[in-house]
Amino acid sequence: MHTNLSPFTLPPTWAMQVQSQLTDKERVLAWLEIDLNTQLHFASGLVVITNQRLLSRSSTDAIWQDWAYRQGLILTRRDHSGIGSLELVDANSLLARWRYTLSNDITANHLIEHFVQQLSYHLTGEPPPPPVQALCPKCQSVLDAPLLPGQEECSACSKEKHMPPSTWTLFRLWRFARPYKWRLFAGFMLTLGSTAATLVPPYMTMPLMDNVLIPYQNGKPIDTDLVALYLSGLFGAALLAWILGWARTYVLALVSERIGADLRTTTYEHLLKLSQEYFGRKRTGDLMARIGSETDRINIFISLHLLDFATDVLMIAMTTVILVSINPWLALVTLLPLPIIAWLIHVVRDKLRTGFEKVDRIWAEVTNVLADTIPGMRVVKAFAQEKREAARFRMTNQHNLEVNDRVNKIWSLFTPSVTLLTEIGLLIVWIFGIWQVSENAITVGVLTAFLAYISRFYLRLDSMSRIVSFTQKAAAGTKRIFDILDQTSSVPEPANPVHLPTVKGCIELRSVGFRYGTRSVTRDISITIEPGEMVGLVGHSGSGKSTIVNLICRFYDVTEGAILIDGVDIRSLPVAEYRKHIGLVLQEPFLFFGTIAENIAYGKPAATREEIVAAARAAHAHEFILRLPHGYDSLAGERGQALSGGERQRISIARALLIDPRILILDEATSSVDTTTEKEIQKALDNLVRGRTTIAIAHRLSTLRGANRLIVLDRGSIVEVGNHDALMAREGHYYRLYQAQARNVDTEDDLQLDITPKVEGNRI
Amino acid sequence: MINQLDYWLSLNAFGRLVFTGQDGQAQEGVVPVRAFPITAPDQGIALIDPQGHELAWIDHLDELPDVLRALIETELGSREFMPEIKCILGVSSFATPSTWQVKTDRGETTFVLKGEENIRRLTSPALLITESHGIHFLIRDRFALDYHSRKILDRFL
Repeated sequence: MHTNLSPFTLPPTWAMQVQSQLTDKERVLAWLEIDLNTQLHFASGLVVITNQRLLSRSSTDAIWQDWAYRQGLILTRRDHSGIGSLELVDANSLLARWRYTLSNDITANHLIEHFVQQLSYHLTGEPPPPPVQALCPKCQSVLDAPLLPGQEECSACSKEKHMPPSTWTLFRLWRFARPYKWRLFAGFMLTLGSTAATLVPPYMTMPLMDNVLIPYQNGKPIDTDLVALYLSGLFGAALLAWILGWARTYVLALVSERIGADLRTTTYEHLLKLSQEYFGRKRTGDLMARIGSETDRINIFISLHLLDFATDVLMIAMTTVILVSINPWLALVTLLPLPIIAWLIHVVRDKLRTGFEKVDRIWAEVTNVLADTIPGMRVVKAFAQEKREAARFRMTNQHNLEVNDRVNKIWSLFTPSVTLLTEIGLLIVWIFGIWQVSENAITVGVLTAFLAYISRFYLRLDSMSRIVSFTQKAAAGTKRIFDILDQTSSVPEPANPVHLPTVKGCIELRSVGFRYGTRSVTRDISITIEPGEMVGLVGHSGSGKSTIVNLICRFYDVTEGAILIDGVDIRSLPVAEYRKHIGLVLQEPFLFFGTIAENIAYGKPAATREEIVAAARAAHAHEFILRLPHGYDSLAGERGQALSGGERQRISIARALLIDPRILILDEATSSVDTTTEKEIQKALDNLVRGRTTIAIAHRLSTLRGANRLIVLDRGSIVEVGNHDALMAREGHYYRLYQAQARNVDTEDDLQLDITPKVEGNRI
Repeated sequence: MINQLDYWLSLNAFGRLVFTGQDGQAQEGVVPVRAFPITAPDQGIALIDPQGHELAWIDHLDELPDVLRALIETELGSREFMPEIKCILGVSSFATPSTWQVKTDRGETTFVLKGEENIRRLTSPALLITESHGIHFLIRDRFALDYHSRKILDRFL
């Protein structure tokens, strides 16, 4: 599916047909290639806007349909579960309807813009405005903010790209090996030396046999000097091989450990840069498995298996040279089974790779089941579903077994086959060797040396065949690591960042839209929030309140429109620098493992003790912290001090106060606590809000009394804006919400005497 | 079962469903929504007004008079889009993201699979594949696919 590169280059299949339809003065202004017919079958079609009319044809229709511009025509688009529909209506009825998959959505919007311009030109004679707005060079859609230098396409376009990663994933590890290349080179030289040294002893058997043992059998006395020379040569070679072997293993293990550590750190650092959207899609267990065990597997692969493999290859190469130099014919016979084994390895390689990838995936699945269940243990126990969870785990494990069994079936056949081939190879050498000796073509010594070499040789081949599985495992692991590393943040850092030294705190949302998958969550939201103003977002759950906050924090990027702070698009600011200006207080305060003081200073690690205490005081947290056994040094977070919801919330308020942000976001900050605690938190919040641009989401409307303005949202759009009194007077959406709550609050307060609301799960 | 319907549906000139309730008030742009689109498509269908409120609940499509059922089925047919994969013709790579070329009950098409996790296992043997734009492709029985398709699919499971 391709988007049009320019509105004037029609796709080649349509260009001729469209040309034949046009009159002399008619020009094509925009077009949309549709990929579905009205019955929602995949079929191509085209909708064209010219300066005189709207033309359309689907591949199944024989004729073109057209509609000239006239009063009352309206072209609209809607979308529903992944398909868009474009409708042309007049005052009385539906004239035409086209369907397309959402990959063409940008073009469809563009089409409508042109249609509206042309229609108004034909009706009023007002010429369409020249395209003064910045256009994306790729999709021609109007951008809300000009492209930044270095950016070649708009954010909507860049999301369209899908490049599969290269299959040669293991070679990509070179990026991590490069800093250690000299040490790696030294290791390689040591490997070369030690391998050569191990090849000396079999060579020595030849003169030992021919010059010492056979002459002795034929009646000659043993030449002790010669024997001493040969044997010391044997011993010397063994000693050298030992020293060199030790050195190379040490050097390479050192390097591989460092590569592994770099890989792990880089992956985690990269992971931290990814947007909230990525974490929303991935499961924690899977990510943990990737960073933890995959890197370890790659590490072991480099330090052990790759090293062995390199030694093996070297040894085979050297042995071949030696064998050929002794007797080319015998060498040829000896090496005959080699291609067969190589072929066998190749065949099994493919089977095993997919198998091991599967094993990895299923392993992540096993971890996922654990990661899903353990945090929700309370729910599992409360609903007495231990048996079901156990069954679920057993089922995943069963699946794991099945996959492993299948891999093992191939794998278990593989090693014995190699051994069998080795034995057959030896047999061939014996047959050919005995015949050659009987013909007096070679000496017994040569045959002995050959047998000594090839028994080692085939032994190496056998271990080489094992590398196949390790390589595949490591390649699969590398792929999974690079899956993370290749992931570009959907909240990209600007190429040429703009720096805002001081922020006044004016936030402007310009026709902001956000789409999550195929569901459009918010549509065409425009608000300007003045510096220092407190704005409350009100609406049913699912009305898009949290989405707006996430967009302002830039946890996600807008799909349409733009968010500006002090007149600058937030996408052109460095992400971390921008977020420093934002203080966020969430419904579920998250405390890290560490002391209370460290938790308060999380956003500003360099804060002095005085600053921490001042922030805690302002957040009304000082007194209860002092009541803890170790004061500010008490441990919080997992397994730490048991703090109540309200206490944790006040710590997180202190955390936000300490960084002194210009913009403050309160996302249901008081929802998870009872009304008494809420009042205390409210006092803390009042300190926090003072003088800051504040955006507050609250379920309890009473907590938003202090807001300058309330923005009422319904299903992703703004329906009402105004302060409490004005909105009440209007008796609209807000009024109904307020009335509904006022009735509930009375009953809620009664309930809270004995039940404190519990919150399950986190919202993103 | 004799069913007393207390509402009526019709189609207006704009191609929208119009719901007329007991009070005689007409609601335009009513949308039928399946409650269990995958597991029980014919059971539990709600009629939703443009504001997202439920106007009526239909336990089973069979309960309805033929006229209404035809209307609802046409409307559902023009809204629902879950092509069923009949055959996988080829994939660009076994590493994701990968472009799949498939034959579906709605014709041939290509789509991009972003990651293996976008293949969801429904109640065996069904699979649901979500492509990069969020369109769902259904594989009703993965063991009923031809050998070539199964082999490709197996690499992603």
